Amino acid sequence: MTTQDPYASSRETTEGRVYSVTGNDWDSLVTEIGATKEERVVVNMGPQHPSTHGVLRLILELEGETVTEARAGIGYLHTGIEKNAEYRTWTQGTTFVTRMDYLSPIFNETAYCLAVEKLLGVTEDIPERASVIRVLMMEFNRISSHMVALGTGALELGALTPMLFAFREREKVLDIFELVTGLRMNMAYIRPGGVSQDLPVGALTKIRETVKELRHNFKDNAKLLIGNTIWMKRTQGVGYLDLAGCITLGVTGPILRATGMPWDLRKSEPYCGYENYNFDVITNDGCDTYGRFLIKMDELEQSLRIIEQCVVKLEALEGAPVMIEDKKIGSPADLKVGPDGMGNSQEHIAHIMGQSMEALIHHFKISTEGFRVPAGQVYSTVESPKGEMGVHLVSDGGSHPYRLHFREPSFNNLQSLAAMCEGSMIADVVAAVASIDPVMGGVDR
Amino acid sequence: MSEEHGLFGAKGSGDTSGYGGLVRKRHNDLSAQRPYGGYFDELVDELERAYPEFNDDIEQIVIYRGELTLHVKAARLFQVAQALRDTPALRFEVCLGVSGVHYPTDKDRELHCVFPFLSMTFNRRIRLEVSVPDSNPHLPSLVELWGGNNWHERETFDMFGIIFDGHPALTRILMPDDWIGHPQRKDYPLGGIPVEYKGATVPPPNERRSYR
Repeated sequence: MTTQDPYASSRETTEGRVYSVTGNDWDSLVTEIGATKEERVVVNMGPQHPSTHGVLRLILELEGETVTEARAGIGYLHTGIEKNAEYRTWTQGTTFVTRMDYLSPIFNETAYCLAVEKLLGVTEDIPERASVIRVLMMEFNRISSHMVALGTGALELGALTPMLFAFREREKVLDIFELVTGLRMNMAYIRPGGVSQDLPVGALTKIRETVKELRHNFKDNAKLLIGNTIWMKRTQGVGYLDLAGCITLGVTGPILRATGMPWDLRKSEPYCGYENYNFDVITNDGCDTYGRFLIKMDELEQSLRIIEQCVVKLEALEGAPVMIEDKKIGSPADLKVGPDGMGNSQEHIAHIMGQSMEALIHHFKISTEGFRVPAGQVYSTVESPKGEMGVHLVSDGGSHPYRLHFREPSFNNLQSLAAMCEGSMIADVVAAVASIDPVMGGVDR
Repeated sequence: MSEEHGLFGAKGSGDTSGYGGLVRKRHNDLSAQRPYGGYFDELVDELERAYPEFNDDIEQIVIYRGELTLHVKAARLFQVAQALRDTPALRFEVCLGVSGVHYPTDKDRELHCVFPFLSMTFNRRIRLEVSVPDSNPHLPSLVELWGGNNWHERETFDMFGIIFDGHPALTRILMPDDWIGHPQRKDYPLGGIPVEYKGATVPPPNERRSYR
């Protein structure tokens, strides 16, 4: 039986008969496939599918409801950020990289800026207040990223309420981002040399309140999901990947920690002063989706702990600089959040336009030409919510990066899909993908 | 040693800055001498012991910004990487992918590949760098040693056209299958269209005058 609908029909190809499914035609499809002798069915899921986390395409070979082979097709969100960065100054690079993994922009920016600073050889000269603000923002970002991972993951398994709770919490974090940077996503807030601007007046009070609210609200999802029979049945033992699998596939982050391996770059190779904070590395030995879920839940509390320590440090560092002393690197513009977002401060404009010709020249030179970075290459890493985010940065001594490459944890971890899903039921593929937590903006870059 | 003229990248646009005669020379030789410092001496000693052809196959040892890079002969990449992984005193269990770099002026070594490694046992890092000529861009694949290199090598093939021999399915990964050219090469234009704004036309980024 073939219909005339061009979008829901079947046709012969060199690889066999291809059926298109558009909805409401399931019965006719089953009848038609049932009439053939073929046992093996290849199902194409995505790239436009609500449960594949963005434009991820899954190619699943099925026998009945069992997945015999699983492959991921990526590249639908490739935007050439790495190539584009080669045509921009070092500072402009932050506005590009922040758009890679759009759920953890602060991590992209920090990883990139740490690499630039390493190449410049100024890692030691970054003001302490800037490092503390970076840590504060990263930990808030870890919460918002985990919230999306938990919320969408639960939604894909049919639980709507956890998603509502998770996005409620994420909203509070985004409010903090808006207060501090003027933007809720893609802030380009972390800059080579420090951060673009200091915290606004009253930010610490607001942060303290938010931490209290978040800690209280996190209990809602915990009560709803931890130990929940349906949730456990959908996640326990699903998407199994043990330590050996993680190591050969280069998988890091919560997936690796769910095998019982306490590997966290914040502890093993501290950056931005992480050695000065008290927090625990959360592990679990389930090797499954449930274990990864528990790790993310517990990491929320650890992030709150770090944020509280940041607030104490920031109070002691009130008024300290947030940008490197070296005027050849740090932007002279004293940026401020205004009613329409981030911009130059009125005092700075008055200074360069009315008082000092040299200050105007300097502003112009550093805005258009930027600074030069000594030739060489570095690889710097941060522990993003998804795992090791590495930046390979090459300079030829010029004012632009010569080559920028992000070792994206999402890109790497998504490879483990086949290892996690083959042999499982098709419904478990959705749970496994959710536990990998891939963000396609980061995967495809 | 490379040489550059002028201050701006764009050619033929009339450099009125007076910097047209500026010549800058850069030394590329960064070879490190012993002692390397930190754990690098011990690491190199262990690799020399585990890999007898060390002196022949390691072309250069570079230490820059506290990071160790070994430049390896392309044909011996697999063996060196295996020694790094399997020697008990080294134990670089994790390979963190591949990053290609295109140096069009580096004669017969145009395409470079950089492999960062991590030893979780000792909390150490090392980097291998190999170079291949544009005319014969073949490298041994490391997928057999680290399954996770599969996608990274496909990406490097896609972006630079480096062919990894022994890869199970070396196909394009980010660009469409029928794409022509390798976008991350320096001779591949960035593209873009001129943008008109209030009567003036802004050229695409790679055609604008820019500072070197």
